[in-house]
Amino acid sequence: MKEKKVPIWSKVPSWAWALISLALAIALWLAASGTWPAVFASPEKVLNAFIERAQSGLLWEHVWASVSRVLTGFGIAFVVSIPVAFLMAWYDPFRHVVEPWIQFIRNIPPLAYVFLIIAALGIGQTSKITVIFIAAFLVMVITIYQGVKGVDVTLIKAARVLGATQKDIFFKVTIPASTPFILVAARLGLSTSLTTLMASEIVGGDKGIGMMIQQASGYYQMDVVLLGIIMLGIIGICFEKIVRFLERRFTGWQETIQQ
Amino acid sequence: MAGNDSAVKVHIENVVKKFNTRKGEVVALNGANFDIHENEFVCVVGPSGCGKSTLLNIIGGLEEPTEGRVLVDGQEVTGPGPDRGIVFQQYALFPWLTVLENVKFGLKLQGKSDKEAEEIALKYIKLVELQDFVQSYPKELSGGMKQRVAIARAYAVNPKVLLMDEPFGALDAQTRTQLQSELLETWEKEQKTCFFITHDVEEAIILAQRVIIMYARPGRVKEIVDIDIPYPRTQETKMTPRFLELKNHIWSQVYQEYLSVRK
Ligand SMILES: Nc1ncnc2c1ncn2[C@@H]1O[C@H](COP(=O)(O)OP(=O)(O)OP(=O)(O)O)[C@@H](O)[C@H]1O
Ligand SMILES: [Mg+2]
Repeated sequence: MKEKKVPIWSKVPSWAWALISLALAIALWLAASGTWPAVFASPEKVLNAFIERAQSGLLWEHVWASVSRVLTGFGIAFVVSIPVAFLMAWYDPFRHVVEPWIQFIRNIPPLAYVFLIIAALGIGQTSKITVIFIAAFLVMVITIYQGVKGVDVTLIKAARVLGATQKDIFFKVTIPASTPFILVAARLGLSTSLTTLMASEIVGGDKGIGMMIQQASGYYQMDVVLLGIIMLGIIGICFEKIVRFLERRFTGWQETIQQ
Repeated sequence: MAGNDSAVKVHIENVVKKFNTRKGEVVALNGANFDIHENEFVCVVGPSGCGKSTLLNIIGGLEEPTEGRVLVDGQEVTGPGPDRGIVFQQYALFPWLTVLENVKFGLKLQGKSDKEAEEIALKYIKLVELQDFVQSYPKELSGGMKQRVAIARAYAVNPKVLLMDEPFGALDAQTRTQLQSELLETWEKEQKTCFFITHDVEEAIILAQRVIIMYARPGRVKEIVDIDIPYPRTQETKMTPRFLELKNHIWSQVYQEYLSVRK
């Protein structure tokens, strides 16, 4: 019998891994900025750009413009996608008509229809939010629909036998049973919203991280470009953490494979 | 004979059930006829696919018969009702509710106050000996414990008829034996009419006053066997000559049907 060796790295705690990972990333960044200084601004320069813009408040204006845009578009999409998904799951005629539309539009990159929406709604806030709304809605409605469709029929039967009306079944079985899917949909929807934000901001306006990146690249301020990219990454991670927290809070009852 | 002197509780009259599937029409039941008496314990055995679950669903009101009808207390069944409880093979517990909340589910729907619902629920949770798991979620329970919760939940709303579809089918032999004797105990205490589906002939004989044997699909009643063994029945009962005799008889009848399916 061979003794099973425990690999040495299994003893390293996870915070130490996070540090190692970060240190390596910065090392790579330094190497890149040393090799291609015209493209990759050094960490120091980006930090300076950050401090300067954070102090003047300009950075936060951009961040707020983008985050509020994403959250509004996403929020409306979330509220609309839930009833639409339920309608699709419950009324076959509705689904037969609507699902092909959703599948068709879903595969079109938002950048392609941005101009159509601008032509219709102008270059302002409304059109930006609309683009985000469309993209997030399409992802979420499909995910939630699949969740509702997949609710265990035995649970619905059990509820009916215990005296549940249609309304009871909706609120006490279908909604809780599809909560995990609704949260997965929220996660996908948020990341889609963030992706689509870039498409929506590409066409003008004055505030927003997308705008900040675009303007800076026009002046070849690569430190600001990189700063914008990093800010987007941080926002994305924050969204993800919030949804994960909600998932732990609301779907802890789920059967999971323990590691 | 056991049960036959009391009133008819469930009357099953010429029940036919056809399903329309992509492969054409499937006749699941082809004229089932029998009565279940008040407080009687009836088990149903028969080969897989002979329509046992379909029959149970029709009595429970979850499924409509294509022809024929089912009467409970003389009233035609048109949907699920509080007079009939079901225990499913797959437990069917609500995974997002604790044990207590699961058992309270039906009580709350009946409009009982939270306090009253909780009192009743706790009584039945105790009856199935899960008082230490009141706040646990289903994922934290073993299969046997889950099925105990499901039984407590069905009992809590106090149905007069309890329909059970292979409730112990997924459990190991020891747990199954234990739940069988617990079920008999509560049945004697609470007085209910039980309709119990099983694949296990021993289980059927140890539990039932009458065992209904079904033909292979399309389902009809092949034979109804009176189990004239007095209660309380224990593990020793399984060694008595009468038990073995009944077991041989029922088993050979069921086996014929298994063979006819395989042909
Ligand atoms: N909803 C349905 N749609 C189509 N066919 C069905 C449906 N439910 C049952 N059937 C068919 O009816 C027949 C009887 O099914 P049923 O589930 O009642 O059998 P069963 O006796 O309970 O079998 P088992 O012992 O395997 O549980 C089967 O052939 C099955 O395929
Ligand atoms: Mg069955």
